[in-house]
Order: sequence, then C-alpha cells, then structure tokens
Amino acid sequence: MATRKKVTIDGNEAAAYVAHQTNEVIAIYPITPSSPMGEHSDAWSAVGKKNIWGSVPVVYEMQSEGGAAGAVHGALQSGSLTTTFTASQGLLLMIPNMYKIAGELTSTVFHVTARSLAAQALSIFGDHSDVMSTRQTGFAMLCSNNVQEVMDFALISQRASLESRIPFLHFFDGFRTSHEVVKIEQLLVEDLKAMIDDKFVKEHRARAMSPENPFIRGTAQNPDVYFQGRETVNNFYNACPAITQSAMDKFFEITGRRYNLFDYYGAPDADRVIILMGSGAETTEETIDYLSGKMDEKVGLLKVRLFRPFSVDNFVKALPKTVKSIAVLDRTKEPGSIGEPLYQDIITALNENCPFDKMPKVIGGRYGLSSKEFTPAMVKAVFDELKKDAPKNHFTIGINDDVSHTSLDYDKDFTIDIEGLFCGLFYGLGADGTVGANKNSIKIIGEETENYAQGYFVYDSKKSGSTTVSHLRFGKKPIKSTYLIQKADFVACHQFNLLEKFDMLKNLKDGGVFLLNSPYNLEETQKNLPKRVIQQIKDKKLRFYVIDGYDVAKETGMGSRVNTIMQTCFFAISGVLPQEEAITQIKKSIKKTYGMKGDEIVKMNYNAVDKTLENLHKIEIKDILESNVELPPIVSDKAPDYVKNTLAKILEGIGDDIPVSEMPVDGTFPSATAQWEKRNIALEVPEWDPEVCIQCGKCAIICPHATIRIKAYDEGTLKNAPASFKHTKAKGKEFEPGTEYSIQVAVEDCTGCGLCVEICPAKNKKEVKLKALNMISQIPVREQERTNWNFFLDIPEFDRTKANVSTVKGSQFLQPLFEFSGACSGCGETPYVKLVSQLFGDRAIIANATGCSSIYGGNLPTTPWAKNKEGRGPSWSNSLFEDNAEFGLGMRLSVDKHTEYAKELLVRLAPVIGEQIVNDLINADQSNEAGIHEQRERVNILKDKLKKIDSPEAEDLMSLSDYLVKKSVWIMGGDGWAYDIGYGGLDHVLASGKNVNILVLDTEVYSNTGGQMSKSTMIGAVAKFAASGKPVGKKDLGMMAMNYGHVYVAKVAMGANDTQTLKAFLEAESYDGPSIIIAYSHCIAHGINMTKALDNQKAAVDSAHWTLFRYDPRNAMQGKNPFKLDSGAPKIKFEDYAYKETRYKMLTKSDPKHAAVLMKLAQEFVDDKWKMYERLAKDDAKKPE
Amino acid sequence: MDLSTTYMGLKLKNPIVPSASPLSRTVDMVKRLEDAGSAAVVVYSLFEEQLTHDANEMDHYLTNGTESFAEALTYFPAASEFHMGPEEYLRHISNLKSAVSIPVIGSLNGVSAGGWMKYAKLIEEAGADALELNVYYIPTDIDKDGTIIEEIYIRDLLKIKKSIKIPVAMKLSPYFSSMSNMAKKLDTAGADALVLFNRFYQPDIDLAELEVVPNLELSTNFEMRLPLRWIAILYGKIKASLAATTGIHNHEDVIKMIMAGADITCLCSELLGNGIGRITEILRDMEKWMEEKEYISVEQMKGSVSQKSVSDPAAFERANYMKALNNYKLII
Repeated sequence: MATRKKVTIDGNEAAAYVAHQTNEVIAIYPITPSSPMGEHSDAWSAVGKKNIWGSVPVVYEMQSEGGAAGAVHGALQSGSLTTTFTASQGLLLMIPNMYKIAGELTSTVFHVTARSLAAQALSIFGDHSDVMSTRQTGFAMLCSNNVQEVMDFALISQRASLESRIPFLHFFDGFRTSHEVVKIEQLLVEDLKAMIDDKFVKEHRARAMSPENPFIRGTAQNPDVYFQGRETVNNFYNACPAITQSAMDKFFEITGRRYNLFDYYGAPDADRVIILMGSGAETTEETIDYLSGKMDEKVGLLKVRLFRPFSVDNFVKALPKTVKSIAVLDRTKEPGSIGEPLYQDIITALNENCPFDKMPKVIGGRYGLSSKEFTPAMVKAVFDELKKDAPKNHFTIGINDDVSHTSLDYDKDFTIDIEGLFCGLFYGLGADGTVGANKNSIKIIGEETENYAQGYFVYDSKKSGSTTVSHLRFGKKPIKSTYLIQKADFVACHQFNLLEKFDMLKNLKDGGVFLLNSPYNLEETQKNLPKRVIQQIKDKKLRFYVIDGYDVAKETGMGSRVNTIMQTCFFAISGVLPQEEAITQIKKSIKKTYGMKGDEIVKMNYNAVDKTLENLHKIEIKDILESNVELPPIVSDKAPDYVKNTLAKILEGIGDDIPVSEMPVDGTFPSATAQWEKRNIALEVPEWDPEVCIQCGKCAIICPHATIRIKAYDEGTLKNAPASFKHTKAKGKEFEPGTEYSIQVAVEDCTGCGLCVEICPAKNKKEVKLKALNMISQIPVREQERTNWNFFLDIPEFDRTKANVSTVKGSQFLQPLFEFSGACSGCGETPYVKLVSQLFGDRAIIANATGCSSIYGGNLPTTPWAKNKEGRGPSWSNSLFEDNAEFGLGMRLSVDKHTEYAKELLVRLAPVIGEQIVNDLINADQSNEAGIHEQRERVNILKDKLKKIDSPEAEDLMSLSDYLVKKSVWIMGGDGWAYDIGYGGLDHVLASGKNVNILVLDTEVYSNTGGQMSKSTMIGAVAKFAASGKPVGKKDLGMMAMNYGHVYVAKVAMGANDTQTLKAFLEAESYDGPSIIIAYSHCIAHGINMTKALDNQKAAVDSAHWTLFRYDPRNAMQGKNPFKLDSGAPKIKFEDYAYKETRYKMLTKSDPKHAAVLMKLAQEFVDDKWKMYERLAKDDAKKPE
Repeated sequence: MDLSTTYMGLKLKNPIVPSASPLSRTVDMVKRLEDAGSAAVVVYSLFEEQLTHDANEMDHYLTNGTESFAEALTYFPAASEFHMGPEEYLRHISNLKSAVSIPVIGSLNGVSAGGWMKYAKLIEEAGADALELNVYYIPTDIDKDGTIIEEIYIRDLLKIKKSIKIPVAMKLSPYFSSMSNMAKKLDTAGADALVLFNRFYQPDIDLAELEVVPNLELSTNFEMRLPLRWIAILYGKIKASLAATTGIHNHEDVIKMIMAGADITCLCSELLGNGIGRITEILRDMEKWMEEKEYISVEQMKGSVSQKSVSDPAAFERANYMKALNNYKLII
C-alpha cells in the first residue's frame, strides 16, 4: 500500500482538496462556514495548482448562491465537471437548480457544511436543517462524520455521481467538522486518479450541449407526459446505492479504509442502538466504547452514510438482530411534523422491511441544533432512555425544555477520561494571536510526532475585543471527542482580565497545569488574581506558571501579539514534546508561517522564542499569596430583569443552562440591552479637555460605538455633579445664557479606536500634540468615569425641536439610539448607522440585510439598538441577505397602508372626535422635528378621545394611531447585499417610487465573511476570489440609481466631509420617494490602520476614487441641475490613495508587474469616471416637466 | 577634448553621474540617462529601514483582526509569496547591468550593522560595479557622544570592506565636529570614495494644521558651496576619490567642483526639474567652455583650485568668512 502523508487540516480543506482536483469549473459564493472551501480552491487555482487531468480549474465567484447554482447548472450542461460549496440559506437558494440538475440526471457533487437555517434567529453554526431541506430534490446525500471521512467521501461521492448520473450532496457538520483541525491521512493524486473512471467523465461530456450534436433539454411538458417523464429516473435511483457501495469498495481496495452505506459500531449483540448522521457519531462511538468496556452495556450505533437514495435493504442488514429499542437522532427540527426526517425514514424502512420477529421500539429525538454540544453524557442519557419500558418519543437532548417537556435529563458530571489523551484549553483574545499559535501547535504535534491531534476553536460574536477559547487534544489513538473539552490537563490564560469573565479553572483536573500571561510582576500578579482563582489553584494543587508575555513581546518587537511567546511556554511546560525538540519545531514552523513575509518577521519571532524561557516562572503553592479581589457582577443591579436573569447567563458563558421558557417564542427581544454589557476592552480611552475644545461635535459624529456623547444643559443641573465631572460654558448664540456643555466618554464601552482624537481639529496652543481629546490609560479612570457617565445619562436630553440638526454640531446633541455595538474597533460603518438613529431613530423602522451590520446590530447576547427616555427608538429586523430591499419595501407598504387606514378611520370618526383635530392630524406638516412633535401631541389627544369612544372603529384607530406620526423606513446593508445578492430587489425597490431610504455601507468587499470580492471591489484591489487583484472596475451603483431620475442618490464619506454626509442623510429622508446613500466605509478588511482610517477616506475622495455627490430629483423639478458634485478635482493620484491600504499594496509585493498594469487601469477608470461626473455637474439645468 | 575621469578606480567617460534618485527607477529611464551622456549611474537607494517597516506592516495588516470572529477567520486570500526583501532592487541592478554599458553603482541606506553587511553583499552579487553607502543618520540622542557615532561609521565600513570586493563610496553629512579628520579616518578604513554631501530634507511646520510636515525642495546652486569648500580642503589629502553632490545645476557648477578637486559630480535636482536632456547640454557647454579656456582634459582641471593649489589657502577657512562679511555694505 502506498505511503500517504499525514496532514493536520480542517474539514473544509479536506473537501476542497478533492473537489479542486476532480473538477474543471467551480462556481461559488461566500457563506459561513463553507467559504474556506471556495477560498482554498481560488488560492490553489491562483497559483496554478492543477486537477488530476493536468489543468487548472476555473474558480468563479457569483452574485449569490442562486447564481452559483445557475452557473453550475450551465457548466454541467456544457459538459464540465463542476462543483460548488455552500451552506444554510445558500443551499436553500440552490434548491430550484438542484431539482433541475437532478431531473436531468447530471453528475456533480455539492459539498455542504451543514448549518442551521434562519428561523426565529439566524445562526451560523452547525446542524442539518439546511441539508434536510433538500432531501426531496433528487440529489443523493452522503454524510461525513469526521475530517478524514470528508476527504474520503468527497472522492467517493465524485466517483459515485459520475457512474450513477445522480448528483450528490456531500455534507458534514458546519464548524464541528468544517473547522475542526485534525490529523488525517491525505489521499494521493494517484488515489484520486484511480477512483475517477475517465469512461464516465467522457460519457458526462458526451451528454453536453453542443452545436455539433444539437438537442433540446429543459422543455415544458403538459399533463399528458410530465408524470411519466418524472418516473423515468427510478432505475437510476435504484442503482445508486449499489454504485455508491461499489465506490466505497473500490476506495477500500485503494486505501484500506472500509466504508459502507450503513456502518454499525458497537456490541454485535446490542439491545439498544442509536442511529444518526454527522459528527455526533464520533462522540457516540466514544461513549459506546466506555459503556461497553467499563459498564458492560450492550449498545451500538448505526451510522447512516448514504441518506438518499435510502437503501432499506442495506439498512436492515446493518442492524444487529438483537436490537430491541432504537433511538433515531436528528440534528434538525421540523415543526409540526410527525417526527424529524431520519426518524421518519427509519420508521418507514422498518415498517416496509422489518427483519425482526418483533418490531423494535423506535423513538426519535433532536440534538445539537446550532452546534449545541453533544456530549457522552447526552449519549448515555439516550441509551438509558432506551432501557425504559416507555421511553420518551420526540425528545430533545442537550437542553432544558421546561415548556413542552421534551428534554431528557442527563448527568452533566458524566465525562469520559481517555487514557493518554492530553487536553488543553487556551483562553485568549482574537487580537493576541492565540488561535493562530494553537493551530501551529497542532500542526507541529500532528505532523512532526506520532500523536493524533485535534483542535477546535470557539469565538464570541463580537468583532472587537473578542475572546477565543482553543480546545486542543493530543494522543496516541485517533480522537473521537467531537465536543468541547470538559476536563483539561492544561489551561492557559493569555489575557489576565479574562479570569474575571470565565471560570476557566473549573474544568482543570486536579494537579493540572495553569499558565498565566500577566501584565504584572510575580507579587502583583498574585495580588490581582481573583480570590476564586487563588482558591482553585490551592484546592486543585495546580502547577502554576506565570510569564509577562507583553514585556517579552515588547522587548522583541512583537507588539501586542503574544502568540509565539505563549506557544513556547506551552511546549516548555506541558511536556507534550521534549523541550529542545519543541523549540526546534516552533522555529521551523515560524519559518514556514512567516517566511513569505520576510526575514525580519522570522527573526523577530525567533527572538521572542529565545527570550520566553528566561521569563517563565513557576509559583509554588506554598509560596502563593492571598488576594482580596472579588469578581464584579456580570451586569448592573439596575438592569432590567430579562437582562439580569437571562442575558447575563449568556454573558457569563452559561447560556446552555437557559431553559426553553426563558427564550422568546418568536425571536423578539427587548431593545437597548448593549448598555448593560460593560466590556472594558479599551486599554486607552479619550479624555476631554474643555479648555481646548471648540465644541464642533466631530468626535461624537465619528465615534463608531456611540461612547462619546455631548449634552448642553442648564447650569442648575450641575448641582449634584461629581467633582470630577467636566463641563464648560456652551459656545454659540443658539444657547440661552447659563447653558453648560459637556462631552462625556463611556469608558467601559469605548473600544479605544482613537478616531475621535484623530478627527478632533482643536489643538492645545502650548503643546500641539495635545488636542481637545487625548488618549489616556483606561484603568486608572474607570471608576471615576463610570460615576461621571451615570451622572451624564441623568442630564436631560437636548430638546430635539431646538437642535439645529443641519450642522454637525447641532446634530450631535441628538441622542444616539444605536450604541455600544460589537463592531470592530474603529468601524467605518457604524458612524452612519448611528447617525440614522440620532436623526430619525425615534420614528425609524429598519430592515437590515444579513452581514456585518446585522451581526453587530443583532447578535446575542446584547444588542445595540436602543430607545430614548420616552421609550421610542428604532424598530429593527433582519430577514435574509438577499431580500433586504424587498423586506424594507414591505415595511413601507405596511406603514403606508396603516397610515392610510388610520386616516380613513379619522374621517369616519370625525363627527365624534372633532373635525378640527381630524383635519390637523391628516394635514399635519411633519417636515421637521417641531412638526413631528406637534403631531405626537395631537396623537396623544386623539388617544385620549378614543379611549372614551366605545366602537370597533375607535379601537381600530387606537391600534393604528401611532402611524399618523411620520415613519422613516430605512433599508441597510453592505455592498455584498446591495451590489450583488440583493441588487435585483434593490433595483425593483428603487423603481417602485416608494418612500424608502436605502443606506449602503460600502466596504468594497464582503466584510462579514472575511473579505471576498464584491462588484463594489475596485480594480487592483486584492480580495478573496480576486487573489491576483480585481481586473475590472467598481460598479457605479449611484449612476445606475440616478438613471431612474426619480431616485435621490448620494455618495458620502463621513471621514472626508461630515457636513456633506449630514446633508445627504437629511435630504434623503425628507425626499418623498426612494433614496439611496452610498457610504464609504473603511474596514479592517482593507488592511489599514483603523485609527488613521479617516486619512484613507480623505485620500479616497482626494483621488476621485470616491467622488462625493448628491442627486436630488426635487432640483430637476425646479429646473435646476439635480446633480451636485461635492468634491473637487483629483488632488492626488489613485495610487497615492490605494497604496495606503494593504488590499492594494500586497499585490506590489506578490506580483509587481501585474500590480502596475492594474494600477494604470485603475487610474484610467478613475479619470474617466471623474470626467463623467464633471460633465454631469456642468449639464444645463433640466427643464421642469 | 578628454572629459574622462577616474572614480574609485572606475574609468568614466566624463564626470557627470546622476545621483541616487527616482531617475533610476526603471531600466528605460537609465537607458535614457546613458544616451544623454551619463558616465555612470547611482541607482536609487535600498532602504533597509523601509524593508523592515514594509515587512512588519504587511504582516500586521494581513493578520490584524484574524482568528477573532467565526465568520471571518482571515481577511485576505491565502498569501502567495511576497517579495518583502530586497529582491526587486537586486533584480533591478541585475537588469540594469544587462541593459546599459555604463557602470552601475548600487546605493544602500542602512540602519543596522547586519543590514549593511547583508545587503552590501547581495548588491555586489547582483552585479553592481560599486556601492555607495548612504549614511543618513540624525543623532537626536543627547547622551550619545560624537565619537561613538564616528566609530560606528568606521566599524561598519571596515566590515563591509572585508565582505565585498567592489569599491565602496561613503555618502556623508557635513555635521561632523571635524570633517577633515572624519574623512581621513574613513579613508584609512578603506573608503574608496567620499560623496559630499548628503542633503537632508528638513521638515517644515504647517501653520494651518500645526503639524510637522516633510518638505522636499529641489536644490539650488547656492547649496553647492558647502561641498565645494570641503572638496577643496580634502583634495590631495586623502586617497579616496571625491564626488560632489548637492546644488550642481550647470556646466559652471561642474567645472567649479572639478577644479575644487571632485572626481565626479552627481546631479539630481537639475535633472528632476529640467529633464534628462540637461546632461547633454551641460556636457556640451562644458566642452565649449574648456575649448574657450583652452583646457584639454578634466584631469588637467581636477583640483586646480583646491586648497592646496590656491595661492591663498585661507580663502577656504575662517579668514574667508571675515572677508565675505566685510564685503557687505552696512545699510541702516
């Protein structure tokens, strides 16, 4: 048997490895967690990696999964071997084409990372909801349970599909398998060649469309023949299981790994059997080993490999004859069904062909939705349930269902200790490189030793200051634990303050190793440790090591990245490898990882390794000092009950304990919860200097997290002010005498991005490095500023009717109703979102496309959309990625209908209510804040009147009366939505003429899924799926919208011109028709210094890449030119802007010649665009129609 | 008319050499310099600091924000090979060597001893005929003694001279306590030429923004006086060749420098401001001038008005300063 390389990779890479080599065309669209399959393929094709026929596959990004499926269908019809990768909603969008592809008996394999579907909420995590939604399409479905199987089944399905002509959906669990890094045996190219029979490839090609051999496919059929046509495929489906088995047999011949359509594991004489698909099978096997070995239980597992076509014959043959009861576990939910799909199939299969004298008892249950943990304790509970005479059917396992009582109890303390298996937990921040270092460690151990290795990584949902927990296992035997580590031998805390957030020693075994990265010296470290931690170290007799990794990082030029340092510590004290060998391997891995980035980086990391050991200290338990540090409460006592009782559990990391009864039935959550999550992630925060401040408001408008606020108020308010509360006289004639002015920072919510300091135009005359805002250390001022912030919140808000909202200064007195989001520190999108919330938030209805803005805007535990003291605030919802414009239009239609009906009811009830008020309510001028305020007053009067009227119409009007106050409908999303997947809908909504406001947060790339190219990406920029730089220009969405003539269009860049931005938002909202604002949003995916990002915005405008303009159809109606240019002629070359950003610059380092070619094209593109805009601005006034 | 000169042992057809600048960024441009009459070319500088900075910056931004959020574990495509080292520069040197027949002088702006050594060797291997070390150092540390700085220069030069065989020129600033002594030390340490002087770009203050801003202004003839004096002083006192740079704009400037003792004159601002064709014009004017004044060769002129050749050597010293001041009429 040939020798095969051992590699440590994740499921996505394993699938892509086979898919890329066995296909010619790959059409893709990014979606979590499948995106890396496309990204790997694209990167391989970009460097010329060939398929088994010696040709480089074409990888093509489409505008949506629907588009990808269409392209796949077309490529297949034209004879290419074609594949795609997707998940979740993406798979749903492929369904129409899947019917077609299957109906036409076309060979292909779709590789799917099975993921939850958006129902009561979106979830990016793994379950089988998506794949089960396609079981009726005619695709064969083959499930892999682990990373090795992913590589193997990717190949088996490719062969089986070609031979059977049935398209295959090859799926594996999202995240648990797609992102789990493990050591597997990599198939050889010869293996791939041996498995793919070119005879079937040629037959596939021979069926292709060709003018040389013309035919018609895809006809329309009538009642006379459609039915018969549908039945023609039966024999193909009947043959498919045997063909798949023969592919598995062939695979066994080649590799020695045996698979069957149904694989049984466990006692040959088992009386209880679990049937399931996916990664849970691994945990079940591990539990069976324990139960049969230690407890002598007769239990087994039947793994369903080929779910469609379901072979009843093979199924019944695989079951042990002794089985008396069966639990079928589905990782999906079908509300209202008799049972979930696998359960129903098993029931049907046994009913049709029961091999036993007595039909076994079969129960069905749900587990593991959205990557919910599936542990040995849960497996044991299911087996225990099967012992019962009347086991619970349609159960759930892993949750506490205290509403419909479906859940099985399980013993949370039941764990399996596997001999020789090392388990390590590493707590870190995303920014400190912990995960990257651990991935390296796995590679070192997996590829350089005989050990098996597994790594799984848990991230939180914040994009700034996010925490990561790495779960690493190493051992001599294959690792089947597809669940998080429950008992660790080693715990490393890479960030000191995480000790307050997580009880990380809870799961550390007695006598285990605890490694702490501390910013303090040894004595101070102990004094600052929470009491709980000290106690745990003593009680568990832990071996306790401390290093000041920051110091070593600083000394060796590593900045804040302690990754290499902590990795070295791990190897030095864990004993997984001999120390000397470990150091050699770390250096080898550094060379491999950083070599391509230059010798300097390698040298710096080597140096960090060498310096680490001399700074690592062990603290003996006998020497350990006492601490008085108590853990702070998770949330304030002042928080609402729901936050305290439920959301706080999620914050504490014990969200799994929340019972069903505490979850809303329809996905509806209270607003304004982010304020209770005090994250304290900023090392430095701005401090206000009232003496220097010119009160311009720029700091507040640019603040991405609404943590810098401004109020002007009567001086009497200061009576009870804390001594350290800062204030000064309000400047400006608009203020009454005695008005005070304060800028206050919410230091516990600030992310420390520094944008406010960057934009601040006021410099200290004595020392120009100081401004009106200066960054200072957060910890020393935390307590004081918490008090000041609470006082500030109690100061009355500025009267909206008196604020001059048309100026930046005036607008920033308005309360932000979008605050403390989980967006990246220095985010370029959120200042726009926050501005909407300030200007229109108390009457806004918001449709938010899936993407960054829906995640930082709506991901639990806490959410940033807030409300004012009157209880009003933006009403926010997210439907999908692709339908957001339509979703928002629906809201507009509904609002308009409600308003119209309310007005009709007013007219009908006028004799009772009074003609005058009805007339006033119907004809109210609501064009400004004062008008809106007056209308609200009228509505209050109306409500009072209606309360006294006893009639159905009055009740009706009562329920609709708030619609008499003007509502502002906003449709928000990123460029991936607006330019690509949602463009069709967006175009339709623009054409509708309806009064909606569309805000495109344009980062010129798919930010949320990690930087894939969109049609907004500019020529020359490198992005995923444009690894060699995008060859064509950015789509001009603004021009396309302007073409309608009736659409208000603005292109803005707040960092370059905040006044123009403000004007655009006010004009767009006031326009009684569709408006679209395209907002330049700098992004971490640009590879820029986020603190200096406003310079990038200015350069984008100065180079004319981002020309500022406003197109107002109202001007055309008045005979004026509707198009107004708000930025001048280019001041700098495009490259002077572009090469400030890594996305452009990196190409000059990887392919300088191509970079030069693209840069020339980009400059020409920018020049041409500028000329066009200039002409438009100079156009003669339009005649009024 | 013999315009030829010898510089660091390199036989050059005339004394005009474009100094390290963007003019040598492309092969085409260097070909044009050669066609216009350049005797050699000093290629733009390889900045060690820039290379290190670029590598660090690229690493930082490619990894910034990665492995933090489950949906976006990275933000850029899997990296292909990046050319973060001096490869591009070395390839350029090599390409120039194949494309032109005039000597190609590499230029290195280093900050660390290791960097000097490594890159000097690589530039030699790429085919450069000589190497100019651009010493651009602003000693801001008030605790650092001048002699320590001088020692660093000497030590690095010695190391480089040991590691490479091609001639090495030191491009210096004028801010040494004893310029002549420093020149002598470098000469003794083996410098094949001294390039006088490096022109530091002095920062400016933007009054509107209250910021320090870089300010690049092209040189004027007036600035040539400083190198002129020191070349005149050093001529004949050290073995190393002398190159004049800064403020040379026309044939008269070139002639003055040669008379002071320069082996070559390095031009930059004039070419950036008025085009490469100026080389041809200056050479033509120079020949014309020499014909008129009946000079037959550059060698004949070289050092003829240096300190040791003039009747009043004090003219290059403090006495000259007194005279210059006395020539002004006091206007109140």
